[in-house]
Amino acid sequence: MLDRIAKAQQQIDHACRTLGRPITVMEVCGTHTVAIFRSGIRSTLPEGLKLLSGPGCPVCVTDQGYIDAVLELAQRDDCIIATYGDMIRVPGKDGSLETCAAKADVRVVLSSEDALQLARDNADKTVVFIAVGFETTAPASAVVVKEAAREGIKNFCILSGHKLILPAMRALLGGMNDRVDAFLCPGHVSVIIGASAFAEIVSDFGRPCVVAGFEPLQIIEALAEICRQLSNEKAELKSIYNAVVTEQGNVAAQRIIAECFEAADGYWRGLGKIEKSTLVLKEQYRRFDAFARFGLSDEPGEDLSGCRCGEVLCGLIEPPQCALFATRCTPAKPIGPCMVSSEGTCAAWYKYGRRS
Amino acid sequence: MCLAIPARIVELENDRAMVDAMGNRFKAKTTLLPGAKLGDVVLVHAGFAIARVDEEEARKTWELFAEIEDFEKTQNRISG
Repeated sequence: MLDRIAKAQQQIDHACRTLGRPITVMEVCGTHTVAIFRSGIRSTLPEGLKLLSGPGCPVCVTDQGYIDAVLELAQRDDCIIATYGDMIRVPGKDGSLETCAAKADVRVVLSSEDALQLARDNADKTVVFIAVGFETTAPASAVVVKEAAREGIKNFCILSGHKLILPAMRALLGGMNDRVDAFLCPGHVSVIIGASAFAEIVSDFGRPCVVAGFEPLQIIEALAEICRQLSNEKAELKSIYNAVVTEQGNVAAQRIIAECFEAADGYWRGLGKIEKSTLVLKEQYRRFDAFARFGLSDEPGEDLSGCRCGEVLCGLIEPPQCALFATRCTPAKPIGPCMVSSEGTCAAWYKYGRRS
Repeated sequence: MCLAIPARIVELENDRAMVDAMGNRFKAKTTLLPGAKLGDVVLVHAGFAIARVDEEEARKTWELFAEIEDFEKTQNRISG
């Protein structure tokens, strides 16, 4: 293993020397963010190579307007809110799901299946599943919507905040942050959409894309591969996570997403409105759409005062550049979602990126 | 939230599976992985198996998880 690390480091050093300019690599996956920090990889990289975390944490990219809609639903006494644990501490103007739990019925679920089961078990209430996440969790939401339709379950719906990663990468390169030289592509999203999905980023923007898993060695080798491509001035698509990721991805999952959802324009924290970047239920499943059922607004919300999570998500600033970071905003008392989620960039910086 | 764990299918009835990861057992569905069989090691994400994983890859991930758990425990002891 040591010889592989040494070889990768040589490749990275070589690129930094020969290119004569800083290299910026962005990862777009919360698990990569944490893996990179935890393993201490950053401290082994030359100064010329900058690693940025992009819009890869599902909770973080969710617009404040969606959070407001969730909190509005939680006020209703005829609803049970079923949510993945990451969402319950995200603050809105008047508190979070956690703080309003005294008067609201909020249940943390590990899977969309658990949310549907809650609906079966609580016929007198409507269970709203807080369906956030990228292509990895979207099929799980689609499965239960289909199940609910098949079983004729009426007291169940989902508040879809599902997002697609490629439109966000395109939006970044198309204007928000075109200084990104290459992408470390997300391992688990790639399991679903397939490594080949990133070919459009290579062909349309000339940026290297390397799909990697989460082991430190794999991440270092992915960075070395990116550096090799940049040195050769030739962008390619490469996957080094071949033990799990295939070219075409999980076709069954893609099919069920396409069966239930269609892509619509949607709002992202920091990135604003992005064309065809969110998943909304198709007409035949619209009755399970919580936005429609409860007449909720899907307009963008206002970020909390002073919070710069939006700029962090675009890689425009690093967390310590935000005045709230580690002062008024900490994991114990977070203000922005990037500090709430354990996969958030600010939380990772707080935990691993500081030296006392 | 994108955390996914490799786990072995130890019980399977239609698309409902019981899986085992490092001795921890939990429920998972194989709806998104048609053809998954008893004994397969699969990547489980938010309650669904999303990919087949080879044994070697699973072992490496399990070892990494165990190491992280040990490390965090040690860190907590030091900081606590």
